Amino acid sequence: MEPRSPAQRVFARFRSDRIAILSTAVIVLLLVTALVFWIFSLTGIDFPADPNATNLQAKLQPPSFEHWLGTDNLGRDVLSRVLHGSYISLTVGFVAVAVALGIGVGVGAISGYFGGWVDNTLMRIVDSIICFPTFFLILSAVALVGPSLLNIVIVIGLVSWTQTARLVRAEFLTLRESQYVKAARSLGQNAVPIIFRHILPNAAAPIFVTAVIGIPEAILTEAGLSYLGFGVQPPQATWGNIIADGKSYILDAWWLIVFPGIAIFISALAFFLAGDALRRASSSKSESN
Amino acid sequence: MIAFLVRRLLISLVLMFFISLISFFIVTLTPGSPYPWGEMNPKVSPAMKENFRKQFHLDEPLIQQYWLNMRDLFTGNLRSIKDGRPVIERIGEAIPPTLALNFTSILIALSFGLLFGVWSARTVGRWQDTALSVLMFAFLALPTFWVSYLAIIGITKTFGLPLLGTHSFSLEYPNALSRFLDYAWHLALPATILALAGIASQSRYVRASMLESLSEDYIRTARSKGLDESTVHYKHALRNSLRPVITGIGALLPALIGGSIIIETIFAYPGIGRLGYQAVLERDYPLLVALNFITAALVLLGNLIADVLYAVVDPRVRLE
Repeated sequence: MEPRSPAQRVFARFRSDRIAILSTAVIVLLLVTALVFWIFSLTGIDFPADPNATNLQAKLQPPSFEHWLGTDNLGRDVLSRVLHGSYISLTVGFVAVAVALGIGVGVGAISGYFGGWVDNTLMRIVDSIICFPTFFLILSAVALVGPSLLNIVIVIGLVSWTQTARLVRAEFLTLRESQYVKAARSLGQNAVPIIFRHILPNAAAPIFVTAVIGIPEAILTEAGLSYLGFGVQPPQATWGNIIADGKSYILDAWWLIVFPGIAIFISALAFFLAGDALRRASSSKSESN
Repeated sequence: MIAFLVRRLLISLVLMFFISLISFFIVTLTPGSPYPWGEMNPKVSPAMKENFRKQFHLDEPLIQQYWLNMRDLFTGNLRSIKDGRPVIERIGEAIPPTLALNFTSILIALSFGLLFGVWSARTVGRWQDTALSVLMFAFLALPTFWVSYLAIIGITKTFGLPLLGTHSFSLEYPNALSRFLDYAWHLALPATILALAGIASQSRYVRASMLESLSEDYIRTARSKGLDESTVHYKHALRNSLRPVITGIGALLPALIGGSIIIETIFAYPGIGRLGYQAVLERDYPLLVALNFITAALVLLGNLIADVLYAVVDPRVRLE
């Protein structure tokens, strides 16, 4: 049976893609893990162990049955820290993208819908922000306002909305000339309902794709900030700061570096592949892209 | 052509103005103490604070501060808090090593990006294409500092070779060639790791634009003339696919300079990135403003040069 709505078609194409299924499964697993351990941390359940409980007699132990991924320099269980770090890393990814999406869609929509000098000014600002080495700009700002979870996601979001804005603007430029937008305008509708009810839903697919791709980028940025000492601060474990804390022991305790790095790598890869699969499924040219 | 150049130049000037505003205000408008010492430091006397306020014009209105600091930057009067040297001098010293690193990285990214992209496009829809695309996303998903650590552990543990800095420690060079080779050895690993993300993005560009060219009419003509597949691919399709690849280099620049902060810090490489990290650690505001401004200006300049070259190569661009 041929699916009817565009969304159904995209979904059907997405489902027939093996990489899409696999990466979505990994993402679902990640989300479930993050949710479970977030609840554990709220309710004080120490499973598999308390991520912050130090035990200096058991410091820097290699992986064993007792500590599956070994212990760090303070004797903390690395597995617990990696699992409890999952919800922080994912929160960074999702919230930073939400901030970036909000600004990007807003600026892009205004720019593309109204055009003229508004468009010109906004796009020149976007052009000049794109010239900045993003990571350095984020690092400067985070270092000055002080590294906390909230500050980090806001700064990442504030710096990384430009691609979304460009994309949304391009979508709006084509869609505002479409028949149904002209019809809505000739019926006397205002800009706001036209933007939100008529144009935005039709630009949803590419926006969604940039959002999915933006999540791993934010996670990687936070990890990089953590490495430089400006990520989410200890004792709260994040994948980035477990590696950063372990870097002084790299020659003796490889497990401190390797396992959290694998966690970052697998989750970033899953999001990238899912985003790309979604892009392929939603683009009109089927096979070749 | 002249009109095109003038227009581009004017736009660049406007962008430069925005860039200077952003780089100044991101540092000065962020909440927190304007002093690098912290408010409660007992060693800092009121006179020192007063002096500091004078030197960086903190007693002036904000707009005036912006103007005076930018003027100081260009006249070489904007000085680093750390050692009192003009920031322009410190940045000037760090630019050549960074250019060497980034240039090597771009070369690596371009050549491997081209290789993988063309290979991907030639095997589109088959397992090679899928495997390559997963590999490219894997390059993007690798945290740079993590790869660097694994590489450093691997190389120093197995070969015991020195990696950090630009030269091997306490080594006498018999001639210029050995000096150059030692430098190249020290550059190779950081440049390759820095290039990973670039390889990925370039290969995606090349693949997409190859596929687009391959669906053109002249390709059908070339095939119907009986040309063999590699001539069609490399002489007809590839040449026409290179245009978007040039734009890709422009997009690569800011990511490279941003990424070199982590790489240069890990490899103790004396470039812009490491200077930037030091400036962040020391809360060296004048240096931070200048670094953000100059790196963005360099990227803008790079894009401008690419634009002009583009117009020289392709007359269609000029007519827009």
